Amino acid sequence: MESAFETSITAKLKPLSGIKIVVAGQAASGCGSKGGEGKASCGSAGGPEDMPAEIWEKVKNHPCYSEEAHHHYARMHVAVAPACNIQCNYCNRKYDCSNESRPGVVSQKLTADQAVKKVLAVASEIPQMTVLGIAGPGDALANPQKTFDTFRQLHETAPDIKLCLSTNGLALPDYVDEIAKYNVDHVTITINMIDPDVGEKIYPWIFYQHKRITGRAASEILTQRQMLGLEMLTARGILTKINSVLIPGINDQHLIEVNRAVKARGAFLHNIMPLISEAEHGTVYGLTGQRGPSAQELKDVQDACMGGANLMRHCRQCRADAVGLLGEDRSNEFTIAQVEKMEVVYDLDKRRAYQEKVEAERQAQQAAKQAAVAATQAQGGMNIKLLVAVATKGQGKINQHFGHATEFQIYEIDAGNGNIATAFIGHRRVDLYCQGGYGEDEQLPSIVNAINDCHALLVAKIGACPRDELQAAGIEAVEQFAHEFIEHGLLGWFNDYRARIARGEIEHQARGDASIRQGAYLAA
Amino acid sequence: MAYKIVSSSCTACSACEPECPNVAIVEKNGTFVIKPEKCTECIGHYDDAQCLAACPVENTVIIDKNYPRYVAP
Repeated sequence: MESAFETSITAKLKPLSGIKIVVAGQAASGCGSKGGEGKASCGSAGGPEDMPAEIWEKVKNHPCYSEEAHHHYARMHVAVAPACNIQCNYCNRKYDCSNESRPGVVSQKLTADQAVKKVLAVASEIPQMTVLGIAGPGDALANPQKTFDTFRQLHETAPDIKLCLSTNGLALPDYVDEIAKYNVDHVTITINMIDPDVGEKIYPWIFYQHKRITGRAASEILTQRQMLGLEMLTARGILTKINSVLIPGINDQHLIEVNRAVKARGAFLHNIMPLISEAEHGTVYGLTGQRGPSAQELKDVQDACMGGANLMRHCRQCRADAVGLLGEDRSNEFTIAQVEKMEVVYDLDKRRAYQEKVEAERQAQQAAKQAAVAATQAQGGMNIKLLVAVATKGQGKINQHFGHATEFQIYEIDAGNGNIATAFIGHRRVDLYCQGGYGEDEQLPSIVNAINDCHALLVAKIGACPRDELQAAGIEAVEQFAHEFIEHGLLGWFNDYRARIARGEIEHQARGDASIRQGAYLAA
Repeated sequence: MAYKIVSSSCTACSACEPECPNVAIVEKNGTFVIKPEKCTECIGHYDDAQCLAACPVENTVIIDKNYPRYVAP
């Protein structure tokens, strides 16, 4: 059974946009070497023809597993798992602020029954919500009763919703059977090290077999359990995503070894995230002044891991109770009090009809992308690689006003040797520029810093003042592609940029590094 | 002596509750409390007091000196 699964993957699987399957013992074919779409996204339209139907079904509408899907489908987390069985130096369980968005943070804890009611309410209100995850605020598997009670009920009442969970892996080997029983087909394991000497600097203690274990011994057990759990999941055909927190000076280079180790054990996706560390969070790292990585440092480690398990670059490091598209949080609309008042009718047909509409939009985006690439390719040109920021609210379009953006998506355009490729490489959170209709000029420098490595910013609309400020910093603000598909805008701008260089109007210059925004939003 | 939970620093994460071999821990007014009459300090069950070992917040599970040291029967 298990080996049949592996054989079928090895034989049939080709890279899909933003996704690649790597099976233990099999050499990964780096997507970049195909001369296709470059790095994070491997080059294909990402259709059902590219992989076995059962794998495609599992990932196609999962915003966390498919970069393409994350423009169209939403997820929610229910905070039923408050307890944790390990302590990490980047986590402080006492901290909660509703303006703060990061893993481990939650405003309201739920019982399993409340969680089920909330999921059904959200699914009725947001038909593109296809995924339910349990990601804490502690560890899903340190609260097995609440986690599996939620899954069991949802498995019965809302069978079309995909279930996933996130864990540190310590308890994972004990629950693989139960995970399989409720058809949970996506599991995320946070793995920050495979070397206990590194682990000792990240994990002060674990609680395991009725004992608190500290020091190197704690990390020795943790890494053994994580690797065993990952192997057991792979053997059952359950897709795994590995989350790693990049901690400069502690595990930055080591993450390349982690990438190799998890790839060898069949990890489906590797998500390398920047450390979030501020003194006000009260975490050990926050208090000792351990800094997070810059955008360039993050990208360097991600690039060094290319050819390993496929990388995820669209992670938004969401709260344990987030609701909505990645990057969007509608959890305030679905508090326990509000959900209790709602009349919930779970209408499967209505959800399907809506999802068909989303699917059509998604196909249109793919077609637009291919057309744009083909048109640009035909024009040939110079070898240039650069980054462009995009303001989007979803649907794969440039449809966000500069002043309303709380994040920008970053794309890399790589033109060389007659090929052109666009790849999504990440997102940058920023503070809202527009407050009550007026621009907040003191926010501007922080926005410029966040996208300082980009040559252009594509927006639906932008005011004269921020446009000039960006221009002064060397970033071109572009409204010309408002409400167009992102790839169309990227390549349309790029063609124009190339043409201006060819005419001698401008010179191509490299950009500097950008900073990754830390801490709470200044504005709600 | 029994153990007690300092309610002002309890995050109500519930990590301790299922670990107690005496079912002495219950949720009350948003935090967890230990029923002192049921607490045996885990003597006879485990080497370490389970609530103390599982609790993620320092100095939150402490000895309650109002009660005499538990003596195994």
